[in-house]
Amino acid sequence: MHPAFSVIFLTTLLGAGQGMFLALVTGQVYSRIHLIDPQSSDYYFHGSLIALSLLVLGLSASFFHLGRPERAWRAAAKWRTSWLSREVIVLPMLMGLVAIFGLIQWMGWTDPFVVAGDNALPVDASLLVGVLGAVVAFALFVSTAMIYASVKFLQEWATPLTVANFTFFGLASGFMLAAAYSAYLENDLVTFFGTWSVIFTAIAFLSRGASLLRNRHLKYRSNLKTAIGVRHRDIAQKSQGFSAGSFNTREFFHHRASATLAVVRVLFMVLVFPVPVLLIGLAYMTKSPTLPIVAFLVQYLGLVAERWYFFAEAQHPQNLYYQAVS
Amino acid sequence: MTQLALVIDLNVCVGCHACVTSCKQWNTSGWAGPMVDENPYDANPTGTFFNRVQTFEVGQYPNTETVHFPKSCLHCEDPPCVPVCPTGASYKREDNGVVLVDYDKCIGCKYCSWACPYGVRELDEQQKVMKKCTLCIDRISDQTLPEAERKPACVMACPTSARLYGDVHDPDSEVSVAIRERGGYALMPEWGTQPANHYLPRQKNRMHITEEDLQRVDNPLQKEDITVYHGEETLEDVTW
Repeated sequence: MHPAFSVIFLTTLLGAGQGMFLALVTGQVYSRIHLIDPQSSDYYFHGSLIALSLLVLGLSASFFHLGRPERAWRAAAKWRTSWLSREVIVLPMLMGLVAIFGLIQWMGWTDPFVVAGDNALPVDASLLVGVLGAVVAFALFVSTAMIYASVKFLQEWATPLTVANFTFFGLASGFMLAAAYSAYLENDLVTFFGTWSVIFTAIAFLSRGASLLRNRHLKYRSNLKTAIGVRHRDIAQKSQGFSAGSFNTREFFHHRASATLAVVRVLFMVLVFPVPVLLIGLAYMTKSPTLPIVAFLVQYLGLVAERWYFFAEAQHPQNLYYQAVS
Repeated sequence: MTQLALVIDLNVCVGCHACVTSCKQWNTSGWAGPMVDENPYDANPTGTFFNRVQTFEVGQYPNTETVHFPKSCLHCEDPPCVPVCPTGASYKREDNGVVLVDYDKCIGCKYCSWACPYGVRELDEQQKVMKKCTLCIDRISDQTLPEAERKPACVMACPTSARLYGDVHDPDSEVSVAIRERGGYALMPEWGTQPANHYLPRQKNRMHITEEDLQRVDNPLQKEDITVYHGEETLEDVTW
């Protein structure tokens, strides 16, 4: 497939935004049950502003993928069958919940309604909205990833690993961003978020590694024989029916050498996994306020490369019909 | 239920592209507006087509055979492009099974083109909406046309009658008979899309029997017989 930067930025920015929000909610739940120190409302308010801006940026990127962005509102119509529609519905829902979460923190409406146990779990509005938002954030991970995983003949994508990858990459980059944000504020939650980020990065490494291995050994179900229905070993296309390009030759191929793909694969494997983990490790030791920020930026850059590779790697069976010009 | 479709006879397609040009001409001048061409006289021409004729060589030289292979939307019975459309712009007509795009609802997200394994949907690069073969829905449903002309433009234009058109759900239609009796097949059956369009395979052992072959006709030699007869017994009287 042809990797479009609008979709690359859409999926990576949304992932980081969702992850950042999930990190904030996780932090809040932990502090409510007294496992970590409580943070000020401002911390959560500014944090949710960052998460919200990433979601808005992601949404804006999505418009560049549309031929007719002025009709984008129609895209919520077929939620019963289309994962794209479901994403279009769930994303504004999440944005609304993140905004409400931020508003509650900003207004300081954080007095608990109910306190469970002996001050073990105080329940306030932000906790309820946060947990609801977390559920919606996971629904968004599934919706975004299923857009790709549900196209069954794009065999590189049609696997539950796609959903796992999107989710764990989002969590890793979001928690990394929360660590970077905490480091910038010189807040002692860097270790908490950084450790979770390293855990999610490790799980993402396993699941992305699994999908890379799977795709390396993929057996394609379609070939020229089934494409034109001629049962013969030697079939070669002599003409695709036109001399220059078309939508079919542009949209479904990356037009890069396979060596480029190999380079990008190595690049993202290095930038997404070992480098940010090392940087976070160094940040623990040096208590550096900048290293976690660098770690996030490096990982995000790696994720852009990863998403580019994700698209470029997928072989669409329609390419069987567009093999030769002559 | 009716399922209109094309059946393409690979035996007789000669790759002349008459179906491609007639399709382009008819549909670009129709109610749906132009099928855009960009740089038509420049180095990199590109444009929107509903129908392409591709050429494949089968076998190894010198034992090769050339297969001209016209390909347009197959109007699948279970079209994967329809459920993925987020706006409902892509739909399958209930009454005749034709898969269509509502150009006024399409947002140009290209998802349907990703979801079509056959690559028969093309984004119009100027109008920014998805376009595809309509089976000339404006011709086939136009009751003011004489019945013989209620056919897709490509079928009307094909000089070798390689394209048959009709209802594949009617067992007695020309297309159903052709599929049944001549081994008609669907493309990429592995995906379960059940294309309505079928292809008739190339075959070399077909015997053509004409009406004259079956009827006994007069002895042609008789016409060249210049003998003058005077009522005597002739060869004709003996054999007839």
